[in-house]
Amino acid sequence: MSAVPVSPPEKTSGVVAKIIGVPSVGPLLVLLAFGLIFAITNPRFLATHNLSIILQQTVIIGTLAIGQTLVILTAGIDLAVGAICVLGTIIAGKLVTSGYDPVLSMAFAVLVCTAAGFAAGGLISGLRLPPFIVTLGILGILTAALRLISAGGAFPVRDEFLGWTGNTLRLGGFILTYGVLLMFVLYALVWYLLNETKWGRHVYAIGNSPEAARLVGIPVRRHLLSVYLLAGFIYGIGAWLALGRIPNADPNALQTANLDSITAVVIGGTSLFGGRGGLIGTLIGALIVGVLRNGLTLAGIDPLWQDLVTGILVIVAVALDQLSRRKG
Amino acid sequence: MNTPAPLQSIPSDSAGIVLEARNVVKRYGHMIALDGVDFELRAGEILAVVGDNGAGKSTLIKALTGAVHPDSGEILLDGEPVHFKGPLDARHRGIETVYQDLAVAPALDIASNLFLGRELRRPGIMGSVFRHLDKKRMRQEAERSMAELKFRLPSITNAVEALSGGQRQGVAVARAALFARKLVIMDEPTAALGVRETGQVLELIRAIRDRGLPVVLISHNMPNVFELADRIHIMRLGRRAAVVSPKTHSMGDVVAIMTGAARVEEDRDLGA
Repeated sequence: MSAVPVSPPEKTSGVVAKIIGVPSVGPLLVLLAFGLIFAITNPRFLATHNLSIILQQTVIIGTLAIGQTLVILTAGIDLAVGAICVLGTIIAGKLVTSGYDPVLSMAFAVLVCTAAGFAAGGLISGLRLPPFIVTLGILGILTAALRLISAGGAFPVRDEFLGWTGNTLRLGGFILTYGVLLMFVLYALVWYLLNETKWGRHVYAIGNSPEAARLVGIPVRRHLLSVYLLAGFIYGIGAWLALGRIPNADPNALQTANLDSITAVVIGGTSLFGGRGGLIGTLIGALIVGVLRNGLTLAGIDPLWQDLVTGILVIVAVALDQLSRRKG
Repeated sequence: MNTPAPLQSIPSDSAGIVLEARNVVKRYGHMIALDGVDFELRAGEILAVVGDNGAGKSTLIKALTGAVHPDSGEILLDGEPVHFKGPLDARHRGIETVYQDLAVAPALDIASNLFLGRELRRPGIMGSVFRHLDKKRMRQEAERSMAELKFRLPSITNAVEALSGGQRQGVAVARAALFARKLVIMDEPTAALGVRETGQVLELIRAIRDRGLPVVLISHNMPNVFELADRIHIMRLGRRAAVVSPKTHSMGDVVAIMTGAARVEEDRDLGA
């Protein structure tokens, strides 16, 4: 047999391509190009210290983007990623500051995030409401509710366990946090689910053609529900990582999480129309967003410009996706 | 139109009947879709089902595949009465259906599409605990079944969207052939295809019959029906008007029976 084992959505040949996946080569080149520009304009950019910081800064968006990838692969979109993650930080923070056991508090927070995903998935699959509207509604509800709960203000969360993901360890010249490692573990696990199991195959099939999926006997609604449930769980883990980065529960945090996570997914080559793309691209996409924000900060450019550039990037990525589909 | 009268139905023969319907009735409110229809599919044949719009073709097929529950009457699979709860139930009993609107996932490769919903897992702990797909075996099985059907395709790892319409429908047909244990039902399988592509799919349907699986072919396309069918079941007003052979009857005869321009002699062997 001359054919090499490949994951379903990617046309690949050769061992290297199998690992990276051809569709991810474009995003990888974009990442390298940005890296090159920043390296030339600022020698500090390539210092291992700075690269470590980029990884640490990418942790939250990188993790949220995993859930966002799953949702977008089913041709949906999740506008509540940031809000659900913040919900997790506030619940865990409130419980711990009220004297509850930190491990149980965090576990409960993750459970609530999972339930929020379940609620979104239930409305989308059960009532067949558009994902855009459901998650936009949840965003509005959570944003208001969180401000009410925390009386509008942020509060510090000082706890050994809740902050654990921010602890550092040295690996070569790099200073990584446990949060960075946890993010990579999540990527590996969900990559396996998406590419090596029936569950993942069916995620692609549903995003591709829900009608074909239904006709071959895939329980489409139940499967969609499981996708939003898993996404909610991942946002909950994201809340733990967020508390490790900044020991603060802030109802106004992660305002750009929607834009950033969606940008990471689409720059990573996953189609907003569903059924095409993958997690490796998303990881690269998240790094592109991280590199961009870091590089612009190093260059002393106003943070508002970062949002502006990210906004342009996401539109360019979607336009490229649209154009490539029209050709095909 | 000249109609040789009276037209004779092919006498039925209870041996080797794979799927049978007896006196099936289905009403939608006051509308009677099936008015005591009989149906029989024999082993190793291609049975075409033809009829004018509203004659009850699709309701009959839905009743046979469990998509519709008959109000009365019997359906027998291999001589055994069956009550399908739904299309999945019929599939579990070995009946596969191919639809006209290419029911494939375009971005997935050919092998993935063939096994969609029935993926194989690796043997041992990798499969049972880690749910690891056995992509290699699925690819090999896919290649083997395509070769058996003599269906030429580019590499089995190609995305289905890279194929022509005929090849795509070929994938859907091959999927049905791969999993059907009793019979395959094709609901207008070539309606969305051009002439050349239709030819490819017709070849495939013949190859399935030659492998021993009986096929029910629902089609509006008379030349296709006459090219393929061993027998033709003609629906009219919710009943079986006749079953004829393309060897003894012309297209004109079939159309005449369909439209009621010609009457078929009540055959004692026909149905009940």
